[in-house]
Amino acid sequence: MVTGAASRRVSPTNGSADAREAALKARTVRIWSVVHTWSSLISTLFLLLLCITGLPLIFHHEIDELLGYDPKPEIVQPGTAKRSIDEIARTALAHDPGRVLQYILWDKDEPGTIIAFTNSKVDGDPDATTLRAYDAHTAKPLGSVGGGPMLIFLKLHVDMFAGQPGKLFLGAMGFLFLIAIISGVVLYWPFTRRLSFGTLRDKSRRIAWFDWHNLLGAITIAWALVVGATGVINTLAEVMLNQWKANELADMVKPYAGKPPPVHLASLDTTLDKARKTAPGMNVSFVAFPGTPFTSSHHFAVFMRGDTPLTSRLLKPVLLDGETGEVSDARDLPVYLKALLVSQPLHFGDYGGMPLKIIWALLDVMTIVVIGSGLYLWIVKRRKHRSHAIAGQPLLQPSE
Amino acid sequence: MTAARKPRTSASWRTVYGGPLLLGVLSIAGLLSALFSEGAGRYFSWLALGAPVALTAWFFARRRRG
Repeated sequence: MVTGAASRRVSPTNGSADAREAALKARTVRIWSVVHTWSSLISTLFLLLLCITGLPLIFHHEIDELLGYDPKPEIVQPGTAKRSIDEIARTALAHDPGRVLQYILWDKDEPGTIIAFTNSKVDGDPDATTLRAYDAHTAKPLGSVGGGPMLIFLKLHVDMFAGQPGKLFLGAMGFLFLIAIISGVVLYWPFTRRLSFGTLRDKSRRIAWFDWHNLLGAITIAWALVVGATGVINTLAEVMLNQWKANELADMVKPYAGKPPPVHLASLDTTLDKARKTAPGMNVSFVAFPGTPFTSSHHFAVFMRGDTPLTSRLLKPVLLDGETGEVSDARDLPVYLKALLVSQPLHFGDYGGMPLKIIWALLDVMTIVVIGSGLYLWIVKRRKHRSHAIAGQPLLQPSE
Repeated sequence: MTAARKPRTSASWRTVYGGPLLLGVLSIAGLLSALFSEGAGRYFSWLALGAPVALTAWFFARRRRG
């Protein structure tokens, strides 16, 4: 971020070769400086928001557990039969009268818990969706899921309570972050080429922060690029889902075009059985009810998952007739949705146990320091720029 | 590592970008390993992503004062 007047840089140490190089590179450096400065400045405030709200979100599972927002199933004798899903669906609807079921989800890490999503309409406002956990063995309600303070952090992080426009805006800020990182990599050469990697000086506050900015920036490049890029991809989830619905899904449900939505829904247990037979060796991740954003107006979509860390993310939808429960079609998701599903853990950092979460948090804090120090260096540079311009002194040099 | 404390007079692609590049490759490997393998991959990811953090702490511990 310390850009100075790179064009004036003439190194006295290495003679004319260096001076020539400096003159050649000066313009390039100045352009990259402008890119780095402005891509950072525009996104700084939002990136700080993302990094700060993202920090507790890394541990949202643990925090929810601690605060009682992560209901646990009753402990049962091994081998106890599970209740029918139809019964759990009835219980869920009785619990929230006047509402309809949107999704039923099988918790991957908690096989004794089934989560029911209800809303006023199948395609109701996502923010109005209620998540409740039910015990797979007793069908008893276990409490609501995902509420509490973590929901506030999540909303701030995902869309700042501004819905889809807010989400896309944060996506754009994430994109600026990626530009800032890449331009930072380019500027790393002129600004640190006379320093060894890991140099930390405390000659002055400015130099100290300059060194920290460079060191932490360099240390976190790969992680920040991956987390930034996967975050941007995630902001496009709805766009991708709509793309899938307009193309692949529309093609899958072509024989049903023009038919009215099902009046009486097929038994969930029958439907799920048929879905399991269609995708042997896979488990049910969630079922989307007809008319919800994840399926057509006629079909149940049962999303199946594998059981390895990777295949458990790669969902395969099986479409079943909403009235009869017969399989209509089953196709793998298109590449862009697979990319989205695989990119999610890379953004959340929730796929490598507690040590990975702690490292994730440390890298997040380091990123906050990079952003904060960058802002500080820009402010100092501006201040110096003004006073030096008055005193006629030389400006800060990139090779410092 | 006393030489490393002195400002360099000549810079090459490797001296400037070598360290960050190595850490970057290590980080990417760590990010992916836990995704593809639940056992060994997970342990490797802790080491690979923890290394840059540990290195930063080491740089901090031996920083030049004054």
